[in-house]
Amino acid sequence: MSVLIFIDQSEGVVKKSSLEALTYGADLAKQLGTSAEGIVLGTVSDDLAALGKYGVSKIHQVNNASLNNVDAQVYASVLSEAATIAGATVLVFSHNQTGKAVAARVAAKLKAGLVAGACALPDTSNGFSVKKTVFSGKAFAHVNILSATKVISLNPNSYKTVATEGTAVVEALAVTVSEPKVKVTAVNKITGEVPLTEADIVVSGGRGLKGPEHWGILLDLAKELGAATACSRPVGDAHWRPHHEHVGQTGVQVAPNLYIAIGISGAIQHLAGVNRSKVIVVINKDPEAPFFKAADYGIVGDAFEVVPQLTAAIQKMKAGA
Amino acid sequence: MKILVCVSKTPDTTSKIAFTDGNTKFDEAGVQWIINPYDEWYSLVRAIELKEANPAATIHLVTVGNADAEPIIRKALALGGDEAIRVNTDNSDAYFIAAQIAEVAKQGGYDLIFTGKETIDYNGSSIGGMVAELVDAPYISLATKFDLNGTTATVVREIDGGEETAEVALPVVVSCQKGMAEQRIPNMRGIMAARTKPLKVVDPIAIDALTSIHSFELPPAKAGVKLVAPDNVAELVRLLHEEAKAI
Ligand SMILES: Cc1cc2nc3c(=O)[nH]c(=O)nc-3n(C[C@H](O)[C@H](O)[C@H](O)COP(=O)(O)OP(=O)(O)OC[C@H]3O[C@@H](n4cnc5c(N)ncnc54)[C@H](O)[C@@H]3O)c2cc1C
Repeated sequence: MSVLIFIDQSEGVVKKSSLEALTYGADLAKQLGTSAEGIVLGTVSDDLAALGKYGVSKIHQVNNASLNNVDAQVYASVLSEAATIAGATVLVFSHNQTGKAVAARVAAKLKAGLVAGACALPDTSNGFSVKKTVFSGKAFAHVNILSATKVISLNPNSYKTVATEGTAVVEALAVTVSEPKVKVTAVNKITGEVPLTEADIVVSGGRGLKGPEHWGILLDLAKELGAATACSRPVGDAHWRPHHEHVGQTGVQVAPNLYIAIGISGAIQHLAGVNRSKVIVVINKDPEAPFFKAADYGIVGDAFEVVPQLTAAIQKMKAGA
Repeated sequence: MKILVCVSKTPDTTSKIAFTDGNTKFDEAGVQWIINPYDEWYSLVRAIELKEANPAATIHLVTVGNADAEPIIRKALALGGDEAIRVNTDNSDAYFIAAQIAEVAKQGGYDLIFTGKETIDYNGSSIGGMVAELVDAPYISLATKFDLNGTTATVVREIDGGEETAEVALPVVVSCQKGMAEQRIPNMRGIMAARTKPLKVVDPIAIDALTSIHSFELPPAKAGVKLVAPDNVAELVRLLHEEAKAI
């Protein structure tokens, strides 16, 4: 019996969402009185042993370059075999793009109940009940997992990473790695931008910005804050911004520390994707905009005047600090 | 070529989210039901486009649910598709549902299975992956583009921080999202035609659910917005820094 945490890497670097999954898995292992181990697939340049500081005692590695691209079928077979070898009863993934490709397949293969999109540690006082977001962030459900083996995928940005002391033993794991049926022909990474679902701060723009040529003020603010950029659905539909920036019920769901909404009315479908943000700031010239009801801080004003001033004020604060 | 499109019924996006029976059941009072937007806008429309390009193709829709799902199925058939299959059950565990779809898939011998990237109610993003595992086919998650050349598909899918282009031979399971197709509105001819398209009801196969919902909870209400004057952005910066500790 142990908790096995999948460590997701991209170009050899372990993802921030996986550090959250490691901390979560280690805390869960403590709660269950068992050990936490990690598993990483492919070639990694990061120091894996150092991940011990997130609470894992051992990290299994299948160091095979053909695993550097995520193939759901191959990953599921490798990870289920690894789970069996490690005697894992709970598997933890991040509910990021990789988790969405792989966790469900692993769960089906192991006949393990899956809670996808978990946001808290399970309640194990009476069974095994995991809290997850439902209705696109408008509510939570507590879901009982009934099977002996369990799979949890953790929403990014919903569990705080805690690093202490410790090193993990890194062990090569011998498992069968079959040839992927999906042949990757091109990978196109958006470089120089903070990935939206992992970002601490998100600066988002709506139709109030009137056109793609006005996005400069938003990008300047985002740059000053080290923030990722997002947009409302009509902005994505009109191709003012790329599709992957569209947040909301039918777009990406985000839960950053700080969400700054500029010229977005706050329609219910938009709120559904952002209302798990810890702090929401709304800048809108219409005091009746519904977004103010969901906000923590707001400025009723013209974005074209307020946003550049805000960028300057942040610059000034940073210079003073 | 045979295409299977998975269709799910979800509450309209403007529905009030509330719970009854001691927070154990979703309150359906006054709720309008729609086809899950990802299923309708992206998987179904892309399947219809593939059939338009290759009229010999057939499209079957499958839903796992009780009779309440039938209006949604008829609406989906009005957009397109040749016939629908409803697996008659109330169970909502993802594995149970995926096992039913996998059974339908095995019976029908489909070349292509489309799902939406997730449903907007339970947000599991799990059915496609589970079905792919159960029918032992490759799985393309979060696809934004899908093109066919004979029996080889070229796909673009979202990965962390970017996208990936790949090729795969059919059969394949694909979860669809924005980019795959553009939303369509059913026309009168489609609506009329849908009335007479076959809608088969089949019994579920016996499978143990692996999860069950214990209860629901609503997030705590916000304390209310603190407004800052537009000529005093420095105050907002101070609040965000000192009070909210967000910057
Ligand atoms: C099934 C369904 C699913 C949907 N899913 C999503 C989704 O996932 N995400 C999403 O975002 N939407 C979604 N929508 C659309 C949603 O209902 C709204 O139409 C959309 O969010 C509005 O976008 P907006 O706020 O950018 O534009 P608008 O509603 O047009 O709002 C623009 C705002 O900008 C303000 N403004 C104008 N000029 C200025 C200025 N100079 N300075 C400051 N403020 C200014 C205005 O006061 C207004 O509040 C969905 C709709 C449906 C029906």
